[in-house]
Amino acid sequence: MTQINRLSGGQIDRDKPLNFQFDGKSYAGFQGDTLASALLANDVRLMGRSFKYHRPRGVLTAGSEEPNALVELRSGARQEPNTRATVAELFDGLEAKSQNYMGSLKYDLLAINDRFSNFLTAGFYYKTFMWPKAFWEKLYEPIIRKAAGLGSLSFEDDPDVYDKGFLHCDLLVIGSGPSGLIAAQTAARAGAEVILAEEDFAYGGRLNSETISVGEQAGSEWASAVIAELAAMPNVRLMLRTTVIGAYDQGIFGAVERLTDHVAVSAKDKPRQILWRIYSKQSIVAAGAIERPIAFENNDRPGIMLASAMRSYANRWGVTAAKSVTIFTNNNDGHRTAADLHAKGVSIAAVVDTREDAPDCDDYDVLKGAQVVDSKGRLGVTQAIVQMPNGSRRPIHCGAIGVSGGWNPNVHLTCHQRGRPSWNEKLAAFVPSESLPVGMQVSGAANGDLSTAGALASGQERALAALENIGITGTVADLPVSENAPIELSPFWYVKSGKGRAWIDQQNDVTVKDVKLSHQEGYVSVEHLKRYTTLGMATDQGKTSNMGGLAVMAEMTGKTIPETGTTIFRPPYTPTAIGVLAGRARGKDFHPTRLTPSHKWAEEQGAVFVEVGNWMRAQWFPRAGETHWRESVDREVLATRNSVGVCDVTTLGKVDVQGADAATFLNKIYCNAFAKLAVGKTRYGLMLREDGIAMDDGTAARLAEDHFVVTTTTANALGVYRHMEFVHQCLFPDLDVQLISTTEAWAQYAVAGPNSRKLLQKIVDPEFGISNDAFPFMGCGEITVCGGLRARLFRISFSGELAYEIAVPTHYGDALMRKIMEAGEEFDVTPYGTEALGVMRIEKGHAAGNELNGTTSALNLGMGRMVSKKKDSIGSTLSERPGMNTDDAMVQVGFKPVNPSDPVPAGAHLMNATGPVDAANDQGYVTSACFSPILGHQIGIGFLKNGADRKGETMRLVSPLTGIETKVEIVSAHFVDPEGERLRA
Amino acid sequence: MHNLTASTSLGGANPASETIGQMTVSEVPFTALASVSARLGGEEHTTQILKTFSECDAPGPNKMSSSSDINCFWTGQDQWMISAPMESHELMASDLDKLAAGKASVTEQSGGWVQFDVSGSDLNDMFERLCALPIRHMGKGDANRTRIEQIGCFVLHHGDRISVLGPRSSAGSLYHALLTCAKSIA
Repeated sequence: MTQINRLSGGQIDRDKPLNFQFDGKSYAGFQGDTLASALLANDVRLMGRSFKYHRPRGVLTAGSEEPNALVELRSGARQEPNTRATVAELFDGLEAKSQNYMGSLKYDLLAINDRFSNFLTAGFYYKTFMWPKAFWEKLYEPIIRKAAGLGSLSFEDDPDVYDKGFLHCDLLVIGSGPSGLIAAQTAARAGAEVILAEEDFAYGGRLNSETISVGEQAGSEWASAVIAELAAMPNVRLMLRTTVIGAYDQGIFGAVERLTDHVAVSAKDKPRQILWRIYSKQSIVAAGAIERPIAFENNDRPGIMLASAMRSYANRWGVTAAKSVTIFTNNNDGHRTAADLHAKGVSIAAVVDTREDAPDCDDYDVLKGAQVVDSKGRLGVTQAIVQMPNGSRRPIHCGAIGVSGGWNPNVHLTCHQRGRPSWNEKLAAFVPSESLPVGMQVSGAANGDLSTAGALASGQERALAALENIGITGTVADLPVSENAPIELSPFWYVKSGKGRAWIDQQNDVTVKDVKLSHQEGYVSVEHLKRYTTLGMATDQGKTSNMGGLAVMAEMTGKTIPETGTTIFRPPYTPTAIGVLAGRARGKDFHPTRLTPSHKWAEEQGAVFVEVGNWMRAQWFPRAGETHWRESVDREVLATRNSVGVCDVTTLGKVDVQGADAATFLNKIYCNAFAKLAVGKTRYGLMLREDGIAMDDGTAARLAEDHFVVTTTTANALGVYRHMEFVHQCLFPDLDVQLISTTEAWAQYAVAGPNSRKLLQKIVDPEFGISNDAFPFMGCGEITVCGGLRARLFRISFSGELAYEIAVPTHYGDALMRKIMEAGEEFDVTPYGTEALGVMRIEKGHAAGNELNGTTSALNLGMGRMVSKKKDSIGSTLSERPGMNTDDAMVQVGFKPVNPSDPVPAGAHLMNATGPVDAANDQGYVTSACFSPILGHQIGIGFLKNGADRKGETMRLVSPLTGIETKVEIVSAHFVDPEGERLRA
Repeated sequence: MHNLTASTSLGGANPASETIGQMTVSEVPFTALASVSARLGGEEHTTQILKTFSECDAPGPNKMSSSSDINCFWTGQDQWMISAPMESHELMASDLDKLAAGKASVTEQSGGWVQFDVSGSDLNDMFERLCALPIRHMGKGDANRTRIEQIGCFVLHHGDRISVLGPRSSAGSLYHALLTCAKSIA
C-alpha cells in the first residue's frame, strides 16, 4: 500500500522517506510526519480500541489533546504504552502497536462489551462489584484491568536516562503560534532574556496548519523567519519539543524537553528527556486553543475527527483521511476546512451546518440548519446520516467526517494554582480570568483572540506589558497584516435526536446518556460527575470532552455552563514519563551516600555495610570461618568487653556551639543543667520537644568557657541542628551564640574496653596524660596525637566499658584508624560494627532511636529527674502535664527470658502473667532486643507500665504476628555493670 | 611533626581528575577551611580580621573575595568561610581564632568538605543541569549555596572555573554527579 491518501504540499520532506511498522505491518512515510499522519496517508484509519467497549477508534485530533489514537511505541525495554500517535514523530524503523484488544485489532474478541453496553453504564463498577467484598482484589479487579487496560508495560527497567535542569529568564513564552512568536520577538528585541517553549517539533503553531498569510508571507514562512531572527539573538533560548507541564508559585514552571523521542535510541549517557524548572520574572501563555467536537450517535467511528485536525493533516502533512469528506459544523471554521480540502482536490460530500444562516459555497453542498445525526461503517465511517431542517434524513457517502463545534482556549496553565476561568458568551467558551498567577499574562487564542490578527496584536501588547513590569522598555512595531475573521458561532453541543450512543469522552467511553444518568442518580457537582462517569480522566484529561460534559450537565440542571463550572485543572498538562520526574535519582543513585572516614579501611577488612540514612556504616567485620553474622557480632562484643574494640562513630552529629552565651543556650535546649559544666568536662544531655516528648540525646563537651561541642544521634543530626538554629534565630536571637555543624569535619572513633587506655596511650602524645586521675570519666580535651596532630579526646562510653572517643580532622581519619589497629595489635584490638555497638548499648541499658521514638518522655526513659525544675528549658513545662505523669506511666525496664533459650522478640508486647491477651490489657512493649554474648541468652529493653516497681515480676511476652509467647522476668535495663564501675575504671 | 598521612576525599592515593568532552572535573585534595562568625558586637572586628588575614574585603551576600591564595566567601549573616591551601595554612583556624580575640567564633572545617574544580567551555550548560542557581548570570566572584543531586554545596565562581564544595562524606556521590552531568552535555 503506498500512501494513497497523500496530498500535494505540506511541510514534510519528501526527499526523506521513512519506513515504520504498525501492528507488524510495514508502511512508508516522510520526515516531518507524525505516526498519525503517516498512518492516515496509508489509509489506516483504525488505530486502536476504546477503553471500555472496545469500539474501533481512529484519530480525533492532530495534537497532544488526542483521546483515541493511543499506541505502544517501540519494543523491548523501551516499549512505552499510551503514547499519542498524533504527536509521535516518525523516524526510520519506528515500531508501533495498537492497544486494548484481544485477538486482533480488526476482530477484537472483547468488542462483546459493546453488545452489553446497557449494563456497562456510568457507575457500573461501583454498582456491580460490591459483593462479595473479598472478590474485588483477587477476582474482579484483575479481570477488569485486563479488559479495560490500555497499553501494556514491558516490566523491564527503563534503559534511558533523564536529566533535570534549571533555567532563569525575564520572560517565558509558552507556545510559538503567531501570538507567542510576536511576543517573543517584541521582548527579545527589547533586550529581555526570553525562553520560547514549543511542545510541537515545529515552531509556528496553527500557522503550520493553515493557508493564511502573515504580511506578504505564508504563515509558516513568517514563523520560520521570526524563529531565524530569534535564533540569532544571544538573549533568546528556543526550546522545541518542550511542553510546559505546570505553572507553580512565583513564576516557576515545569517543562519537559524531549531530546531523543524522535530517534530510535538515545546516545550513550545522553538524556532522553529533561525536566526543566524555569524561573521566570514574567510569563506569557500563548498556548492556543483546541477545537471541540459535537456529539452525535456513533460519532466515534474511525474517520470522524475534528475539522481543524483535517486541516492540519492536509496543509501541514499533505494527507487526507479519505478522498471524500463531510464537514459538520456550527461555525465558520468548519467551512475553512472544507475550502482547504477542496483546494487540495479532496471531494467535499457536504458541509452540514447547524445554522440556518450558514454561508454559501458554489463548490460543494452546504446543508443549512442540518445536523449529522448518525454514522455508518464497521471499522471506519462510510456514511454520514444527515437530518435536514424538515426532519427528513439522508445518508451521505464519505470516508471521513470533520466536526467543528467551536474552540476552547487552552486555559490550563492559567488555572494550575486553583484559578477558575471566566465564561465568554461570544465564544461560548471559558477564557482565562483576570486573576492569574503572579507574573502571568495570556495572549492569542489561549486568551480568546482567535483570529491571526488578534493573536498578533495581543501577543505584542502582552509582551510590552510584561517588559514594563520588569522595567524594560519595549518598542511598538507595525504588525504584519493577517486574517481577522470574526467569530460566527451558534453554540451546539450535541445532537438531541437518536436513541444510540453519542460519545462525549472517547478516551473513557462516556456518552451523553452517561452524563444524564449520573445527574438522575444525584450527582450534581461537576467534580462528582467526573469521578462517577470518569469523564475527563486519563491521559487527555478531557481536553476535547470536558466542555461537552459540562454542557449536558448544565442542561440537565437547568443552569448555565458557567454556573455549572469546571473541574480543577492540575499539572501536568500532558502525560509525563515517571522517569523524567525521577531524573538521575534512581537505582543506586536514588540518593547520595555518605562514607565514613574509615570506609576504605573497613572495605579492606571485608566489612558488611548497612545503610543508616545516607551513611554506609560497617555492620560487622566477618572473619574467616565465621558463617553467621551472630558469630562475628558475639566475637566483637566479647573482644571489646575483654580487651579493646574500636568503632567508627563519625556519623554521630556534631555541632560546634560558641559564643558568650553558649552555656545559657545549652541550658535552654537541654532539659538538664549545663550552665555550670566545668571546662574539660562532658555531660549527657536530653533534649525535649516543646510538647515535653524526648527529641534526642547526646553529650555536650565544654572545650572552653565559650565553646561546646554537642553530639547528637546519627539519625537526628540534621533535625537537632535545625532545631538549635530555630531556637537561636526565633526564640533567643539576643543570645550571643554561633552554631555550625562539624559532623563531617572530624573523624571520630570509639575506643572501648579495659585496654582502651593502654592502647590510646600509644596514640596520644605523652604530654597529655590520660590516666584515670588526669583524664577521668566524662573528661574532654583538645590534645595532639601521633607526634603533634591536633585532636580531641572525650572519655565517654556507650558500651559501658572504660572508653574514649578520639577525633582528628577527617582527612586524617583513615590514617588514624590504621594507626589504632597497629597500636592495638598487642591487645588484639577488634573493630566492631553497628550490631555489636547495639548489643553493648542494650546490655548497658542505654536508650537509642528505638526508645527515643517520638512517643516517650524523660519519665518513660527513666530520666524524669533529669528535667531540671530550677530553670526553664524547652519542653520542661509541658513534660509536667498530668497525662504524662500518671502512676502507671511507662518506664524503661529490661527483660530476660525465664527459660534462657527462649527468644525476646523486639516489638512484642507484655501481658500480665494471667488474664486476657488483648490491646486493652497491654502492659508495655519491647523496643530493643538482642542476644547477649556476656549473659548467654537473649535480653531486651522496653517500656512497661509502672515498670520501676515491677522488677522481679514474671510476665508473658506475646507477639501475635510471629506466634511467639514466652515468659520473661522484669529486670533492670542495666544488664552489665549496673554500678558503672567499669567505665570509671 | 606528626606521622599521619592525610587522604584524599575520594580515598585515592592521588586526587582524581577526569576530562569529558570540553569539561574537566578535578578533585582539589587538601584545602584548609575555617568558618568565621561574628559574635554580638564583634561585627566590625570580624570584617577587619578577614581583611587582615585574607588581604581583601569581607564579601557581601552571594559573593567571594580572593587574594593570592586565600578565598573568603559569605555563608550567612556576619558569617564567612575562608579557604586556603592546606600546605601553607593547615593551622589557619587557630590563627584566625587568635585574631578573633573572643569577638568572632572560628571553627575548623578543613576535614568537612571536598572541593571539586570544574573547568571547560561549557560551564553554564553543565551547571544549569546541576543546580538551581542562575549560573548564566553569575561570574567571577559570585558564590552561593545550592543543592546538587540532593547534596548541599557551595558553588564558587572563579570566572574560568567553578569550585564546588560539598560534604566530604558524599565526595563519591558528588563526583559521580559531576561526571554524569559532564557526559550528559558532552
